[in-house]
Amino acid sequence: MFRKKRHKESLGSAARVGFFLAVRQIKRASIWTNVLVVCVMVLTFLNLVVVSGILVGLIEGATQAVYKHYIGDVFITPLKEKNNIERSAIIMNTIRNIPGVEAVSGRYLGSGTVEADYKKAKKNANDKGNEVSTLFAGIDPVDEDKVTELSKLIIEGEYLNRSDYDQVIVGGMLLKKYLDFDSTTFPALADVNIGDKIRITINGNVREVWVKGITKSKVDEIDRRIFFVDSQFRGLAGRDDYNLGEISIKAKQGFSPSVIKQALLANNFDEYAVIKAGNEAEPKFIQDLRNTFSMLGTAISSIGLVVAAITIFIVIFINAVTRRKFIGILKGIGIRPATIEWAYIFQAFFYAIAGTLIGLVLVFGFLKPYFDANPINFPFSDGILVATASGTIIRIAVLFLATLVAGYIPVKIITRQNTLDAILNR
Amino acid sequence: MIQARKIIKKFKSGNSELTVLKGVDFDVDDGEFISIIGRSGSGKSTLMYQLSLLDRPTSGTIEIGGKNTDILTDRERTILRLFQLGYVFQDYALIPELNAIENVMIPLLEQGINKIDARKISARVLERVELKEKFNNLPNQLSGGEQQRVSIARAMGHNPKILFADEPTANLDNDTSISILKTFKELHADGQTIIMVTHEPEYVQYTDRVITLFDGNIVKNEKN
Repeated sequence: MFRKKRHKESLGSAARVGFFLAVRQIKRASIWTNVLVVCVMVLTFLNLVVVSGILVGLIEGATQAVYKHYIGDVFITPLKEKNNIERSAIIMNTIRNIPGVEAVSGRYLGSGTVEADYKKAKKNANDKGNEVSTLFAGIDPVDEDKVTELSKLIIEGEYLNRSDYDQVIVGGMLLKKYLDFDSTTFPALADVNIGDKIRITINGNVREVWVKGITKSKVDEIDRRIFFVDSQFRGLAGRDDYNLGEISIKAKQGFSPSVIKQALLANNFDEYAVIKAGNEAEPKFIQDLRNTFSMLGTAISSIGLVVAAITIFIVIFINAVTRRKFIGILKGIGIRPATIEWAYIFQAFFYAIAGTLIGLVLVFGFLKPYFDANPINFPFSDGILVATASGTIIRIAVLFLATLVAGYIPVKIITRQNTLDAILNR
Repeated sequence: MIQARKIIKKFKSGNSELTVLKGVDFDVDDGEFISIIGRSGSGKSTLMYQLSLLDRPTSGTIEIGGKNTDILTDRERTILRLFQLGYVFQDYALIPELNAIENVMIPLLEQGINKIDARKISARVLERVELKEKFNNLPNQLSGGEQQRVSIARAMGHNPKILFADEPTANLDNDTSISILKTFKELHADGQTIIMVTHEPEYVQYTDRVITLFDGNIVKNEKN
C-alpha cells in the first residue's frame, strides 16, 4: 500500500526509470548504429545552420565589404537637394577631435568621362570610341587607406602617394579585362594597362593622366570610380571650396559608431549633411536582399528540419518495432508505457545532443573560422558563414522540439499495442 | 487469492471464431503451488494470460486479493502487475541490453525504490538463485538455465503475491529444469503462491495441486 502510494506520487519516476533504460540501451547498442544516427543528426544540424548561414553570408559578405571599403562606420553625404556637404572643413575638424574616431576620409566627387586610345581617329561622328562616363573621386591617399584600406584592393600597379600628380587609380569595372560580364549597361574601356595614358574630362576640363593602379573588389561604388589625389582633383574640377561629396569615418575598436553620430548631431551638422551610422547607411537593396536570403535560408532549413524529424521518426520507429517484444515484456512486468516512452525520448535527445554538440564544434571551431579566413568567391560578394549565437540557439531549440515529437510518436504507437500481442510477437 | 468465474476466451480469425476457454471456474488459495497441464492447444497458456492480467477474457470475472480486475483500466492493471504479480516466461524474456542485476532492478525502480536499495535487493535475490558471480553478465553471456534464474529473480525481487510461470523449463535440459523447479519449491516453502503452466507431467510432483485442461475446460482439479 505504501509503495503504491509512493508510486502514484512519484511523477518523476517514469522519467528516472526511462533514463536508466535509455542510458543502457544507448551504451549497449551497436557502436555503428550510434555512429550512424549521430552522423545523421550532425548533418541535420549542419543543414539547419550552415545552409541558411551561407545564404545569409552571401549578403553579409557583400555588406561587410561595403562597410569596410566604402562606407566605414559612419557615413556622411550631402543633403538631398545639395551636391556637396557644406561646411565640410569644420565638420572634418570636429570629426578628428571626437575621441572614438580612428580615421576619417573626405572625398571630393565629380562626374565626367574617360577615354582610352583617344589618339586613334574616329570612324564617324557617332563613333563614341573607347570612352565611358564615370565618377571621379579626389582623396587623400593616406587618410583613405586608413579608413577603407583602398591600397589592399589594388590588383595591378601601385597605390597613390600624396605627391602623385597626373596619376590615377582606375576601378576594375571600368576596364573590359576586369569586367566579369559583358553588358551594354556597363560600358568599359578596352586595352588599358598600367602606365597607359587615358584622357579625362571633368566640368569641361580635359587632362591626360597615367594609370598608376587598378582596383578590384566586390564593391561596385569603388570599382566604377577613378581616384585622384584630392589637390589635383579640386583644380581639375574647378572647385574653389573645400566641400566634400562623401565622408567616411572609421571608429576605434569597440567604440560605438552611434556615439560618433550623436557627437556630430550635437553640433547640428545634420543641417548640412545626412549622417548615418552602422546599418543606417546600408543601401536598401542590400537590406531587401538580406531579408530575402534569410527567408530563403529559413525555407530551406525548414525542409531540412522536416527531413530531420522524419529521419528521427524512422530511426526511433525501427528501433521500437524491432524491440516490440521487449516493450511488451516491460509492460508485462508492470513497467508503465510512460516509462518506456521516456526511455525512447531520452534516446532521441541523446542523438540530438550528440549531433548538436559535434555540429557546434564543426561550425564554430572549423567552418566559421575557415570561411572567415577563406570567403567563398562569389561574383558579387566574398561569402562568409553567418552563424549567430541567437540564431543557432533558436535552431537548436527547433531541432530538439522536432526530436521530441519525432521520438515520441513512434514509441507511443508501439506502447499502445496490446501487451500480450507484443510479447508473443503476433 | 484468485477467484476466476466462467472465464470464456474467444479469438476471431477472419469470419471464424475460436473458443479457447469455455467457462473455466478456478480458485487459488494463498501460498499454493499449482500446476496447469494439458495438451498443446488445450488453453493452459491462455488461461494463465487471463489470470495474470496480461489479457482480458471475453467474458467472466477474475478477482485477485478480493479485487475485481474486470473493472480496472489498463493503467491500473499495469500497477497491479507491478506490485502484486511476478512473471517467469518460457523464453526468459530478459531485456538484452540490461545485465542480470539491472534486469532484476527494473520493476523495483519502477516501484519508486531508489537505485541503491534496488541494487541491494536485486543482489540478494540473485544470490538466492545462485547467480552471485553473474551480476554483471548480459543475457547473451548466460546459459539458458542462468537466464531463467535471472527471470525468476526478476519475478520475485519485488515480493509479488502471486508468481506466474509459463512453461519455465520448456527450453532447458532435464538437470537444469529440475534445478529450476527446486528453486520454485524453495520459494513455495517460504509461502510464495505460484501458478505454473507445464507440458511435462513428471514436473507436477513439485506442486500442491494439478489442474488439467482439455479443449478449454478443466477436466481434473486434484491435490498431489
